[in-house]
Amino acid sequence: MAFLQQLCQQTLNGLSLGSIYALLALGYTMVYGVVKLINFAHGDILMVGAFVGYFVLKKWGITPVNLMLSFLPAMLFCMILGVLIEKVCYKPLRNQPRINALITAIGVSFFLENGARVLPFIGPNPRVFPTLPVVNYRLFGINISQVQILIFIVAIGLMLILNYIINHTKTGKAMQAVSFDKGAAALMGINVDRIISFTFALGSSLGAAAGILFASAYPQIEPYMGIMPGMKAFIAAVFGGIGSIPGAMLGGIILGVAETLTKGFLSSQLADAIAFGLLILILVVKPSGLLGKPMGEKV
Amino acid sequence: MSKKTNTIASALIVALFLILLNLLVWFRVIGEYTSQVLTIAGINAIIALGLNLISGFTGQLALGHAGFMAVGAYTTAALLMKVNLPMALAVLGGALMSALFGFLIGLPTLRLRGDYLAIVTLGFGEIIRVLMINLPELTGGPAGLKGIPTYTTNFAWRPVIPFALVYLALTLVVVLLNNLLNSSHGAAIVSIREDEIAANAMGVNVFYYKLFAFTLSAFIGGLGGALYAPFFGYLSPNMFNFQKSVEFLIIVVLGGMGNLTGTVVAGIGLTYLQEILRFLKDYRLVIYPVILIIVMLFQPSGIMGLFGNKEFSLTRLVSKMLGEKPLGGEESSDKAGEVQ
Repeated sequence: MAFLQQLCQQTLNGLSLGSIYALLALGYTMVYGVVKLINFAHGDILMVGAFVGYFVLKKWGITPVNLMLSFLPAMLFCMILGVLIEKVCYKPLRNQPRINALITAIGVSFFLENGARVLPFIGPNPRVFPTLPVVNYRLFGINISQVQILIFIVAIGLMLILNYIINHTKTGKAMQAVSFDKGAAALMGINVDRIISFTFALGSSLGAAAGILFASAYPQIEPYMGIMPGMKAFIAAVFGGIGSIPGAMLGGIILGVAETLTKGFLSSQLADAIAFGLLILILVVKPSGLLGKPMGEKV
Repeated sequence: MSKKTNTIASALIVALFLILLNLLVWFRVIGEYTSQVLTIAGINAIIALGLNLISGFTGQLALGHAGFMAVGAYTTAALLMKVNLPMALAVLGGALMSALFGFLIGLPTLRLRGDYLAIVTLGFGEIIRVLMINLPELTGGPAGLKGIPTYTTNFAWRPVIPFALVYLALTLVVVLLNNLLNSSHGAAIVSIREDEIAANAMGVNVFYYKLFAFTLSAFIGGLGGALYAPFFGYLSPNMFNFQKSVEFLIIVVLGGMGNLTGTVVAGIGLTYLQEILRFLKDYRLVIYPVILIIVMLFQPSGIMGLFGNKEFSLTRLVSKMLGEKPLGGEESSDKAGEVQ
């Protein structure tokens, strides 16, 4: 019975961590869908979002309402940052070999991390993210904290909004078209450049939201905090099928649960290795991911 | 002058050059500190050459060469300290262990398109680092591994031996890669970078050559690490972080992807520059990514792109100096001669 209780508890923790991964994985998968680029800098967007939230909350003071409101400036800031990165660094390389854009993405990622490190008001030392006093609710013998409730509400809300944008607005449908066939989409009168910028804006704002949620759950923020969640979210995106939006959500959740279960029952040091083990496994068994469509190479 | 005598003459020039450099170190014309910096520069150039093989010539981005360096370094240290192997065997063992890791990582990932290799090698680099921290019996854990036997304890020989060995290894790696890339195997490797589908259609076994290039790349990366361990005498897991992998990538990109000369020049130049720029402290960390982005945006072929992307060829130079017609272009060459 105690085992079952712990299993449920860890699964719940995994679901909340997985929701954060899912939000971040959506950014990877959408960007990969439209420009076929692994945006290495996406994990660092999470870091930037967390820091914007940190400074905003320091100024406003921490209350539940302010915490919810802090998402707006963070998401707006990262939206602008994401579009700026795309315009300056990725757009000029769109017609060059893919490896060039990948290397540039690494450069951008490093620039954000080390830039934050040398900025005098951020610096290399970890800071404590302002959090609400911890309140635990008990439900059938399982503890659920109000941070976890916040994570579920925000993550589900944002995913519903995203789903609406993608499936029920013109811009969203244009995004799907660009992701399906860029050339044909352009011929149909879709402004491909604008759609790509829009995708980066959407992905980066979700990344910023994930940043504040991540910082609320693990309230220590520093310039390199985005690397590990970024890599895991990428793995989640590949696991679910890169380019597939429901796949990213599913992959994120699975990865989060797998990670907390490993931490809870096996060993906490193995947790990172498990994530990469999962990646290798999926690449060997089903490279197109759980929900991805198998794609032949086009000449 | 025949092709053969030309090659022999070039080899002699390289040998004389290496001996001259070592004499300069021996008589402390090149000071001990400078020679140490140059030794590290040589090691960096070796590892960057390995990275260039897979990323520059084969077109598959790898981001974990600090991990291969770590495998090579720790294996050599373990072979020296636990098994008491002679130095040469320990260094070779480190490089071979690294090649084995490369083979095992490449096997599942290289069947797929290049993007996945980037992320898997990145993860590999991080996992190796975490493993090094968590295996204290073998690696000394987070505090690092002290007391690795060095090449020599003799005061007079101390700066010379690592210097000589590293530059000898660098020369051999350059010759090996140059010969490989000018063979039909090399043509197959480069064809994968140019167009994987076309290469496949022409009968190139794409997966085999990718795996071969990646394993050899890991071997060279491990060799760099293996040479490093007895030179420095101390290893710590945090020497081999992601930052380090990206430093190798910057060397390759700056020198020009797919150009051996550029990698050697950039490897030695950039390491030296790093020492000069020490006063900038943390701001150096921002300069590196900016170099990476600017080179990619404005000069994607690197510094050697400014010189028509040609390799430096000693045999060509020899022919030219003797006032003869060049011997059919690129067949030659040993770039170690222009190491400085």
